[in-house]
Amino acid sequence: MSCEFAHTTVHGYFDGELDAVRADEFQRHLKTCADCQLSLSQLNSLRTRLRQAGLQERASAKLEKRIHQELKLRTAGRTSWLPAARFWVPAFAVLVLAAFFFAWPRAGSERLTAELIDAHVRSLQPGHLTDVQSTDQHTVKPWFDGKLDFIPPVTDYSAQGFPLIGGRLDVVDSHNVAALVYGRRKHIINLFVWPARNHALAENSGSRDGYNWTVWQAGDMDYVLISDASHNDLRELRDLIRTINHEP
Amino acid sequence: MLPHLHSAVNLARWLLRNRDYAEDVVQEAVLRAYRFFEQFRGGDARAWLLQIVRNCCYSWLEKNRPSELVIEFDEQLHQHPAPDPESLAARSDERQRLMLALESLPPRAREVLVLRELEECSYKEIAEISGIPIGTVMSTLSRARERLQQVLTRAAAKEAS
Repeated sequence: MSCEFAHTTVHGYFDGELDAVRADEFQRHLKTCADCQLSLSQLNSLRTRLRQAGLQERASAKLEKRIHQELKLRTAGRTSWLPAARFWVPAFAVLVLAAFFFAWPRAGSERLTAELIDAHVRSLQPGHLTDVQSTDQHTVKPWFDGKLDFIPPVTDYSAQGFPLIGGRLDVVDSHNVAALVYGRRKHIINLFVWPARNHALAENSGSRDGYNWTVWQAGDMDYVLISDASHNDLRELRDLIRTINHEP
Repeated sequence: MLPHLHSAVNLARWLLRNRDYAEDVVQEAVLRAYRFFEQFRGGDARAWLLQIVRNCCYSWLEKNRPSELVIEFDEQLHQHPAPDPESLAARSDERQRLMLALESLPPRAREVLVLRELEECSYKEIAEISGIPIGTVMSTLSRARERLQQVLTRAAAKEAS
């Protein structure tokens, strides 16, 4: 017998894990190879036996009860000063857990990042960068007046190498947010600002599709910087914004 | 029922070969999953949970039955306590026979078999859960199946004789 296929190939074929080209090749080979035919039928009968023998174990109702109780205990311990929380915190936790386990397409923060990058890219299209174009913070800041239910901090950082270019309204996660545009040498940096919502936004930064972003929360506001400028530039600007707005 | 709890118990039961221990370990794993679910990056929730369950099982084995883990998959053939064909053959019950055969395999072989044949995981999911490269899932699985087949064939031969 000479079989030109590795003997593991039949397993991949049987499991439907070969790519289309290899599957097709193997299928043709199978017509003439008695060894592979035999392997395939053995695999099939092994699977049938395993699946029909009732080997699957199932969780007992007792286990589920124990888990719920334990979750309740753990959260209750932390919030014993608030009796209502004894019920609502675990109930909420279980709900959130269930939501995550079922079908969360992408973690929330990842979705937010993707949306912000889209907003950044959109802003780079001709004519989309700014609604109010001015290097004067005293022109940009009042422009937001009445357009948002919060006042974004607007400061020009020309002296530090981040000239203010302008501002615009943007929509992120179906909320209106302020977008401030800064320059950094030839790069455009978008700063998105909105009032912090219920969830605490973890401070972090990352890259995606060649864009760098950094996120932080300060004084009831969420801040996100996005640009193709370097992480160092973003960090520098972040620290500037932080110092000016939130430190005495 | 919490999602994927049956799968979690099934995997743990086959890794630990004991239902009660399996439920204890799954309880621990689910609570751990709950504590760390901010680390869940989206994607396949079942694979994520099973990965935690699997890791908890191995920690349990390391602590309670370390000897089961020292036998490498490749050298298992002669070193692993061979299943006693007599005891296999003596069982006329198909379920018992398959159970003993599966349990005679080393944990890593058992793991891929249970994930593929009972949980119907894809190779990608198996790789994620077991922490083996996706490129080696196929060969790992083929060795595990061959082992199981051998054990069953030997048992059947013994029974016939």
